[in-house]
Amino acid sequence: MSLSPAIRTAIAQAAAHHGGPKAAMLEALKLVQEAEGWVSDAHLKEAAEALGVTTAEIDSLATFYSQIFRSPVGDTVILLCDGLSCFLCGGDAVRDAVMSRLGIGFGETTPDGKFTLINICCVGGCDLAPVALVGPERKLVGPLTADDLDALIGGAR
Amino acid sequence: MSDKPLTGRATADRQPHSLAAWRRLGGGAGLALALKRHSPEAIIALIEAAGLRGRGGAGFPTANKWRFMRAGAEKAGPGACYLCVNGDETEPGSFKDRLLMEALPQQLIEGATIAAYAMGATEVIILVRDEYRAAAAALSRAIVEAEQTGLLGRDILGSGFDLTMRVHASAGRYIVGEETALIAALEGERPVPRHRPPYPAVSGLWGRPTTVNNVETLSAVPSIVEHGAEWYQGLSHTNEGGTKLYGVSGCVARPQLIEAPMGTTARELFDLCGGIRQGRALFAFQPGGGATAFLETAELDVPLDFAHTKRAGSSLGTGALIVLDDHACPVAAIGRHMRFYARESCGLCTPCRDGLPWVAKLLDTIEAGKGTRGDIDLLHQHVALSGPSGRSYCDLNTGALTPLRSGLERFGDIFAAHLQGSCPVGRA
Repeated sequence: MSLSPAIRTAIAQAAAHHGGPKAAMLEALKLVQEAEGWVSDAHLKEAAEALGVTTAEIDSLATFYSQIFRSPVGDTVILLCDGLSCFLCGGDAVRDAVMSRLGIGFGETTPDGKFTLINICCVGGCDLAPVALVGPERKLVGPLTADDLDALIGGAR
Repeated sequence: MSDKPLTGRATADRQPHSLAAWRRLGGGAGLALALKRHSPEAIIALIEAAGLRGRGGAGFPTANKWRFMRAGAEKAGPGACYLCVNGDETEPGSFKDRLLMEALPQQLIEGATIAAYAMGATEVIILVRDEYRAAAAALSRAIVEAEQTGLLGRDILGSGFDLTMRVHASAGRYIVGEETALIAALEGERPVPRHRPPYPAVSGLWGRPTTVNNVETLSAVPSIVEHGAEWYQGLSHTNEGGTKLYGVSGCVARPQLIEAPMGTTARELFDLCGGIRQGRALFAFQPGGGATAFLETAELDVPLDFAHTKRAGSSLGTGALIVLDDHACPVAAIGRHMRFYARESCGLCTPCRDGLPWVAKLLDTIEAGKGTRGDIDLLHQHVALSGPSGRSYCDLNTGALTPLRSGLERFGDIFAAHLQGSCPVGRA
């Protein structure tokens, strides 16, 4: 499915706001991802065309930034921090529990398409360690116990 | 007059104020004074007298940086000049800028406006990491409010000074916080570091004079202008001015952010955090984030400013103290850092792209009790070959290997014990 006219308009506005089409490439990727959940090859190409840049130029960003997803993700993305502060506060136990509950590892999506689990670098919530960012708002949750995360997953299911 | 110029006006729930509420709390006074009473040069002199040093980690004197920019702008001639605010706080253990951006966006905007006026910038871009969505939203709202009330835009407060400001939300990569990579990111290039020289003050964003300042540095500026250099210097315990936003995390009872006089000791900070958790003892701590060398009990009373921390063999960095207790294995801890830095390397330079994953793998092997003497020798080699300059474009590799260098020096016996299949301190 093609990008909606609304997204195309937003991409054009981003180019004006960020000082040109090249500088707006990341914003265009984020707009696509917000609407579609991830950035497919077809949408990447359309975004490039909308900005007048090459597919290679925009893909060089899409493959660099860790929060641009180039393959499908689940309805809820759980970004679990694996920084040292979280580790020192029991992060491994939370990681093991969530992996066991979901039956997936980092970078994987549950077969029902509901959850994707990704490890992420320190998310600036070290006072609440261990922490995760959950859902489209990247809501910071912590300090997490295995039970908390279980409840979170259970609630969403 | 608050003794906490950075966080004194933050609410407990970190909700940002409206502009009207911010003004009721006395906000905006620094900007009004700056534009009505001071010349740009006078503000730079004030910042110099206050002893403000960059809070992004390097501790470079802020006034010098601003002077380079003025000189660069003069040489470059007419056209845009940029102040980029570095809000891409991704160093392990660092969580100070999140609070400043989320809860006190007007303070940062005011500081950036004064800084832009002082150094001759015409445009401010605040780069915020993607994971800080509440911060980006708070800043965007506050910018619109400032524009609507004449605090940004044309002829700010009738001074004749024009300034635009906008937020650029990043999309997750540690390297974007590096000065030249940040500039590349804003241009829409793949955000990898660039060679210096030319320095950004000469040729930065779009080839124009540019300064990159940290969020905490700029957030300190309004109160310095309002209350003066002497007052700011007086807040500090040492001759490095002001307060510092220390972030204590890891094995303390109550991990937290603490704004305290510059030069506060780790002992004082740990006491404020309820001490080492579960009645355990301190094993070691990193005073300034993941890329700083370990300190131990003997260094608990070192005043944590740039000079004293350096003299003690480490660095203040971002003031992010990560605390290990006597049950936290340093091999595992360093391994965690190494996995982070290996993953976050931009891949531009070989020592980083190939070296760090190798180091991370060696540490995993040693942690699992399957390492050999040869593995430890290899770690020493990696450390020895990570030169501070000339071998890579930026400091990521050198910084990444700093905790390993320090760990091998201080905890060599623990590394050796792992070769025998045992860990004398146990897992965290």
